[in-house]
Amino acid sequence: MSEVTYIDAIHAALDKAMADDPGVFLYGQDIGTFGGAFKATKGLVGKYPGRVLDAPISEDAMAGVAIGAAIEGARPVLEMQFADFSSVAFNQIVNQAATHYYRTGVPVPLTVRLPSGGTPGSGPFHSQSMESIYAHYPGLVVVTPATVADAYSMLLESIELDDPVVFCEHKFLYRWLKSENFDGDALPIGKARITRPGKHATVVAYSAMVHEAVRAAEILHAEGGWEIEVVDLRSVKPLDTDTVVASVARTGRLLVVGEAFPWGGVTAEVVSRVSADGFHLLDAPPVRLNARDTPIPYHPKLWSSHRPTPESIVHELLKLLNY
Amino acid sequence: MEILSDEGGRRHVRSVYRAMLTARVLENKLGSLYKAGKIVGGVYLGKGQEAVSASLATCLEKGRDVFAPLIRDQAGRTAFGEDLLDCTRTYLGSVDGPMRGRDGNIHRGRPAEGMPAMISHLGASISLVSGMLLAKRLKGTLDGVVGATCIGDGCTSTGSFHEGLNTAAVEKLPLVLTVANNQYAYSTPNVHQFACERLVDKAVGYGVRGHQVDGTDMLACVEVMYEAVERARAGEGPQLVVAEMLRLTGHGEHDDAFYVDAAIKQSGVGRDCLEVGRKQMVDGGFAGGDEIDTWQEEAAQTVQQALAQAQKERSPDPYQDDWQAYATHLSTYYNQD
Ligand SMILES: Cc1ncc(C[n+]2csc(CCOP(=O)(O)OP(=O)(O)O)c2C)c(N)n1
Repeated sequence: MSEVTYIDAIHAALDKAMADDPGVFLYGQDIGTFGGAFKATKGLVGKYPGRVLDAPISEDAMAGVAIGAAIEGARPVLEMQFADFSSVAFNQIVNQAATHYYRTGVPVPLTVRLPSGGTPGSGPFHSQSMESIYAHYPGLVVVTPATVADAYSMLLESIELDDPVVFCEHKFLYRWLKSENFDGDALPIGKARITRPGKHATVVAYSAMVHEAVRAAEILHAEGGWEIEVVDLRSVKPLDTDTVVASVARTGRLLVVGEAFPWGGVTAEVVSRVSADGFHLLDAPPVRLNARDTPIPYHPKLWSSHRPTPESIVHELLKLLNY
Repeated sequence: MEILSDEGGRRHVRSVYRAMLTARVLENKLGSLYKAGKIVGGVYLGKGQEAVSASLATCLEKGRDVFAPLIRDQAGRTAFGEDLLDCTRTYLGSVDGPMRGRDGNIHRGRPAEGMPAMISHLGASISLVSGMLLAKRLKGTLDGVVGATCIGDGCTSTGSFHEGLNTAAVEKLPLVLTVANNQYAYSTPNVHQFACERLVDKAVGYGVRGHQVDGTDMLACVEVMYEAVERARAGEGPQLVVAEMLRLTGHGEHDDAFYVDAAIKQSGVGRDCLEVGRKQMVDGGFAGGDEIDTWQEEAAQTVQQALAQAQKERSPDPYQDDWQAYATHLSTYYNQD
């Protein structure tokens, strides 16, 4: 196999899920003949006639339709054109899908794909990371694959799960991230991975920030011989506290990096859990690094200093290492 | 119309009226229990809307069709064949009810049996029912199936209404969307809710067939609902039915409805559809007055039995509940938290 990208992995997982299970269908804007805004569904409408449906621009109704179909035993995969527009479907996702199994005992095997995160020049409405918001709600599973292999295996697992999954796929990784194939050590949803072992500090990250964290670890290794452990959360709900705390037990220092806004959220959750469960393991106060607390800027110069970068991660890590 | 004349039609009309009557008897009882402090949560009644609700659901078949009722659709629930115990158990907080104490009263449902459990967010059921129909289409089991859901005039102002009806129209789904225009949304009169003259005209904008009916006139409701459901069943796509009436109670039993205009109460929409229905039953020879009185007594007994049964059942126990919001193995991660 030649090189495959993160978006290839998503396409291949959709293809396999549809081939394996006739109950799987795709619903979203421009996903049929056009193949989706990012071409994740390209060619699938011809391969699976009647199972790749173009939706009107009605995120609330799209989610409602997908939830109704899931209740009825189908396995819908809903594509939001951009994660940002899922705010229009928020009610259906957090009130209808999330509560349904607890209330009625009838599961909602729905996968909502959210093209998430920032790319240069995208601005405030095509760059948002919504994982913290959805993770707040009981009943939803929220996953954030950072590798080509994870994008493939986690999307397949999401579609197989009987619970509603918010699948946060990163737009920057779509074509930037390349791999030999889709194979990896396919961990289940709910398990974090040690992406890079180390002993001086732990960086917990997820989605595109894993790659920024690895870059920062490489810089610190080259410049100071530091060995930074990088933990990829993979799924933010469930959150694998055990793996994170075990890493902090090895390193004694914790930095949590997220691309989402700083107030509350996944990074705060990780810091809070480690503070509660592993306070005695910490040699320095745990730190988190997020995007700035402003809407996401348009110009690449502003944007690249809005979100965490290898340089800003290195900066925080040096403070942590020298505490 | 044939529905009113042949033997099957006569049975149909009798079923509609009986469901209306049973719902009224049940809801009167629920109202008293609420005032006596015996109900867990609120009580929202459909007094004055039984004709439209029952005449819709009587056209539907449990096990085949989908029916997603709203707060004022007890009559429709009864007509659809919902067990009265499902109702009394949720109102009285029995753990044996369909929602097991996790959700209550009007939010109850059995989605696996074609009756979705409503969420409070108005309009959310429109696309949900569409999705259930769409899944049936994908499975190849949609033929001859109808999905019906009910909303109020206030709900027509929501984005969900617009998105839901438009989407159903685009997909040509057999959806019957019934609007009970009871003149008020909580305390807000129609003038502050929408600016069009007739709600039914919205049908034109969405490219669906609209039907308008006097919701206080039982026989008119029977005819219009029958036509709308049959058209949807025959593949003609979504049907919007707007019924005009007045809500004869407050928004809920906590509300004395002081805001309702006296002139509206005196007008045609202020009629009680149950009284109109009784007269129509007798005048049309569908049932005698004595027979109706017997139905009423039977309804009172059935309601009493269902309440007595629910009353002696256990309420949910926080120590017994598994508190599980996840259907899959992922739940094991949460048990560790
Ligand atoms: C989206 C949403 N906003 C507000 C409410 C609160 N609420 C519950 S019932 C109601 C009035 C509904 O009016 P209408 O749709 O006309 O139905 P009716 O009560 O008259 O039968 C309101 C505002 C709600 N349930 N959902």
